[in-house]
Amino acid sequence: MPSTPNFAPEIPMPKPLLELSELSIGFTTGHRSIRPVHDVCLSIYPGQTVALVGESGCGKSVTALSILRLIPSPPGHVLGGRVLFEGRDLLALSEREMQQVRGKDIAMIFQEPMTSLNPVFTIGEQIVEAVTLHQHVGRNEAYAIAEKSMRDVGIADPHRRLLDYPHQLSGGMRQRVMIAMALSCQPKLLIADEPTTALDVTIQAQILELLRSLQQERGMSILLITHDLGVVAENADVAAVMYASRIVEHANVGELFENPQHPYTQGLFRAVPRLGVKASRLVAIPGTVPNPGRFPPGCKFHPRCALAASQASAAGAVQGVEVATDTGTVCVPKQCHATEPDLRETSREHWAACHYVAGYAKATATVPRSASQRATEVPLPVIPMAMGEGGAP
Amino acid sequence: MTTPVAPIEYRQQAGFPPPPAKDAPLIRVRDLHTFFPIRRGLLSRTVGYVKAVNGVSFEIAAGKTLGLVGESGCGKTTVGRTMLRLVPATSGSVEYKGLDFFAFSGSELRRLRRHMQIVFQDPVGSLNPRMTIGNMLAEPLLVHGIATGREKDDMVASLLSRVGLDPSYASRYPHEFSGGQRQRIGIARALALSPDFIVCDEPVSALDVSIQSQILNLLADLRQERGIAYLFIAHNLAVVEHVSDDVAVMYLGRIVEKASSRELYSNPKHPYTSALLSAIPLPSAKPRPRRIVLAGEVPSPANPPPGCPFHPRCSLTRQKAAEAGAGDTVQTYSAGVSLRVMRQCCTETPPLEQKTGEPGHVAACWLAE
Repeated sequence: MPSTPNFAPEIPMPKPLLELSELSIGFTTGHRSIRPVHDVCLSIYPGQTVALVGESGCGKSVTALSILRLIPSPPGHVLGGRVLFEGRDLLALSEREMQQVRGKDIAMIFQEPMTSLNPVFTIGEQIVEAVTLHQHVGRNEAYAIAEKSMRDVGIADPHRRLLDYPHQLSGGMRQRVMIAMALSCQPKLLIADEPTTALDVTIQAQILELLRSLQQERGMSILLITHDLGVVAENADVAAVMYASRIVEHANVGELFENPQHPYTQGLFRAVPRLGVKASRLVAIPGTVPNPGRFPPGCKFHPRCALAASQASAAGAVQGVEVATDTGTVCVPKQCHATEPDLRETSREHWAACHYVAGYAKATATVPRSASQRATEVPLPVIPMAMGEGGAP
Repeated sequence: MTTPVAPIEYRQQAGFPPPPAKDAPLIRVRDLHTFFPIRRGLLSRTVGYVKAVNGVSFEIAAGKTLGLVGESGCGKTTVGRTMLRLVPATSGSVEYKGLDFFAFSGSELRRLRRHMQIVFQDPVGSLNPRMTIGNMLAEPLLVHGIATGREKDDMVASLLSRVGLDPSYASRYPHEFSGGQRQRIGIARALALSPDFIVCDEPVSALDVSIQSQILNLLADLRQERGIAYLFIAHNLAVVEHVSDDVAVMYLGRIVEKASSRELYSNPKHPYTSALLSAIPLPSAKPRPRRIVLAGEVPSPANPPPGCPFHPRCSLTRQKAAEAGAGDTVQTYSAGVSLRVMRQCCTETPPLEQKTGEPGHVAACWLAE
């Protein structure tokens, strides 16, 4: 991470490490084609953690896989846009050059640590393979690197563990091994696709803590893909909320949680039960996430949108359109049904894609970039293995 | 299935179950143990037991919800399954309105089962892919001789509309539904026999956030309408707090703390509960006060640590041991790490006893006051 001197009158805008610009991905099977990722713009700066939040089927994993060009083609193909990594367009590289990027510059960890490790090779063999592919080292040295990275992720007795097969390890251990493998080549960017979804909360806390401390040590960037708003709040600097193939809101995490603007984001916040807040009913978002083959026209959220419904009833029947949804018919403003809103900077460093967000009509469409770091640079106070009075919230 | 269809008057004739004993709670579980044998070798000799449930007791009053939380492998799912006799119990008893559920068999058992149902975690795996939704919901009605013909079809339609699905879906197959809709079908199936008690085994864990809240609201509405009591098994503590009147925390086959929901979350006594609560990432922009990161993982229930099963991961015992004299402490080894803990913690298993705070707030810890 380049250090900026305090006295400099003009702080130069740092360059993003990874920049997705208007990336669209399509899948074609037979006569049907779908577009699970549509015009996604996202920038990740050095040392930053960017979270991509959304429910299943919103396109967040496809976005992550397409950065590393891991989408099988056919049926997948890039419909447009660029993936710039340190200024190079990854989509234009040859397969050979891409192999140099995968694992070395950009590493990825997956949700299922069991299915992403090869069951017939030992942990050691799998890490050493990655190391020898990208670093000009011999086998013995590669084993030493593997052992060191195993120790870095907090695995006790790494020398012996390297000889274990994946089935001999617990879920949390496997995820540590995945992280050790991903970090063995010192990548600049780590893509973590739901890294803790399959784990228990106590193990999740360990893994997230590990990722935080490794990031601080090495200054790498993380693209964190998750559906858990709590994980986003505690680990990310910037968050982008995805719904039905598009980013609908983009802001620094502090700003997003204080002032969510898009009705979908607001709905998500209301739908989650919170510790210490006893409500008799949750405010649910009606309906379901639309299937990519049957996206509604206009704003893709309008059939489920509470804001659209209230705007339509306020404006009267003239302005509204009746829309059939899976839970009945709703009346929404014509605008929501007719035109899909693009992402606009509705307030400073806060982008939203909704016709009825305050300031949207006057705002201009700009590419979201949040270079600023988390406001509180202080790491979370963690008390390992020590307990204070009333240690719980 | 070739269960004979009983005539409808069967319901009235049967003097079973007998009227409930006075002031018996709806559900009472006493000292439940479920052990799974570990077999090895050519002759499959039993070499040990996985003590999945190791002495669990609780009561659930009519219309109330008990939340059961814990990490994976703590035995919470086995408790639910053992209660409904889906898994045989090793010892202990489960009473429904004062009747010993484990003492019945045959048709009496079947009639008792009407009142106790289950909703499973996996909405895909728990529905038969070759049966239409209508047949699936009609089956319990036929088996228990509740309705046939038109009456049965009407009941299926009203069940579907009650859980928020269109009655015309009765002719569809499970693969035609989304995850949230399948979970609604699972709930409709549990409701078919109008039970008083439903075990909800992680009913929302596999669902997306926006769908999860719809299902939680549905369960809350049903409880209000029909006075159903739930045993709500989940690992998400925020969800459990939302739905439960009382909450029990399990660790390695035992309940380590139990209290009313508000009391447990505001005033946890057991160090494991405190650690669990502090491990939850909060969806809020404010920095959280402090976090207790538990070292290590849950030990194997086949070979639990002696004394308090939590002592190798417990920060409280280490803190107390650092302050206490050498006579009261012992050096132990766990997962390759040497640690000093209180002697009592690794020699005697603490009983579940009343702690300071609300009456009924019990915890199994030697050190918590």
